[in-house]
Amino acid sequence: MEQDKLRTRVLIAGWTTFVVLLVYLPIACVALASFTKARYFAFPVRAFSTEWWEKTADSIEISMIVQNSLLVAAVVTVFSVVIAFFGALAFARYDWTGRRLYQKLILLPVFFPQPVLGLALLLAYSALGISTSWMTAVFAHMVWIVPVVTLIIAIKVYGFDPTLEEAAFDLGASRLKVMTHVTLPLLWPGIWSGALFAFLLSWGNFPLSLYTAGADSTVPKWLYAKMVAGYTPMVPALGTMATLAAAAVLLGGGLVGLIMKKARAA
Amino acid sequence: MSTALIDPTLNNTPLPAVPAATPLGARFAAAWAAAGTRCALPVVVLLAAGFLAPLVAIFAYSFAPPRSFEVFRAFTFANYAELFSLENTVWLSFAWSIGFALLTCAVLAVVAYPIAYGMVFLFGRWSSLVSVLFVFPLFVSENVRLYGWVLFFIKNGVLDGSLKWLGLGGAPTVLYTPGVILAGMVYTYLPFMLFPLTLGLSMVPRDLIDAARDLGANRFQIWREVEVPLAMPGILIGMLLTFVLAIGAVSEAKILGGQSVIVISHDIEIAFTYAQNWPLGSALAVLVTAFIGALTLAVFAKLDLDRLLGRR
Repeated sequence: MEQDKLRTRVLIAGWTTFVVLLVYLPIACVALASFTKARYFAFPVRAFSTEWWEKTADSIEISMIVQNSLLVAAVVTVFSVVIAFFGALAFARYDWTGRRLYQKLILLPVFFPQPVLGLALLLAYSALGISTSWMTAVFAHMVWIVPVVTLIIAIKVYGFDPTLEEAAFDLGASRLKVMTHVTLPLLWPGIWSGALFAFLLSWGNFPLSLYTAGADSTVPKWLYAKMVAGYTPMVPALGTMATLAAAAVLLGGGLVGLIMKKARAA
Repeated sequence: MSTALIDPTLNNTPLPAVPAATPLGARFAAAWAAAGTRCALPVVVLLAAGFLAPLVAIFAYSFAPPRSFEVFRAFTFANYAELFSLENTVWLSFAWSIGFALLTCAVLAVVAYPIAYGMVFLFGRWSSLVSVLFVFPLFVSENVRLYGWVLFFIKNGVLDGSLKWLGLGGAPTVLYTPGVILAGMVYTYLPFMLFPLTLGLSMVPRDLIDAARDLGANRFQIWREVEVPLAMPGILIGMLLTFVLAIGAVSEAKILGGQSVIVISHDIEIAFTYAQNWPLGSALAVLVTAFIGALTLAVFAKLDLDRLLGRR
């Protein structure tokens, strides 16, 4: 019996490791291509160079699109977290008529293919005479990201003890004071992970940006355009940089979260 | 999706109930009812403007005369008639998309189930690391990841080059075939199956599995009689999410498939861009939306989200 259990454990751990390696294999291939000296990738790589990384870092065009991507992601994060915070309270904290319907409505954009959503938004913008730019892309990202962040914060809200708020009210705290001294500190870890998700999902989003950003390019959009026509090794170089940036944000964000948790526990 | 970054120990309390109807409790209940509505308002407005309104727009456009932009000014069924006419091959794109989506779902269920099982029951403290590793690719644009597969499979790429170097005479051509498109979809949608499955499996009490084993059930019986029925909400969500997203997938067919197969979203995109036939593209998008919407609403009717997300 015990041996049987051990065998299952080893098999499942082995399978998980294998799938994780497969998941990261293409990302490693892109990184490898970015360090190839030759204009066209061939394996095994004959000569390595950081030439394409330097060219990518020096390019004015690329620094513009990186700025666009950062701007979109930052604005999306701020708006999404604020809206989703209240959305999550409505999702999991309060009992109100229509809550069940609302819980399902909020999932619909997540269960909808993004290329179709992007085209539908493009059409709606055009019907309303709104010209597309990074701002319309922000709105498009929010349609998808706000529900995701709401779910993330809602999971935290389920574990939240509402009698604490009640107690604060009974002790004479104002609504604002309860929010800043009770609700926000308790839900802070959920809000923080929601913010990280919002930023990173927006940073990596392609299908919505493709149709709704108009003439403004973002990093994923530029990469796709160059993959289809006009390949240069700057494509894998920028792709790898964007991946590393996302990893850095995730690691840094996770660390800040841990430190905050330790600091509050102490 | 968020299991990694959220402390699971704090999620044990069930949904806070409205306190009993003491005068004070009733006052709170009334205040909360209003507070819930007010809190929901920003999200509802956003989704009404950003999700429902665009769907209404494509619905309206789908009745405009073909190749025109005269929405709301003319009404015709011509676009739908064109889609359903016998010589139109759009049904083929539909068939490809549905076939890919069904296979993606089936393959992913088999691939992800053991991993989800491990994350819930076996990995212990390692499971947060495993979930971070599976979440992270979501933050890398799918183009980049799919392009990595192109570099792997292409002639003189990583696979071909390695095999040649080993003296095995190079890799078979897999790029630009339906098989590699399917693999790409399985790859892209793995997290969307994995995380709902872990959510579902975490609803299965471990004691129940142990009890079944002690009573003499074998591994298959435990799986069929205990795990699957109790984890069903998570399994349903995972299946639905991957199926629905895979129906709309287009990057895999474009990047890995080299446009050798045209999927339905690609047809919609062609109508919107090259063909400049927005009404036809809208009619197609309406059909896809109706299909996905019917499926999603049917599954949603069976779900209790408070139980799934709240009770861990």
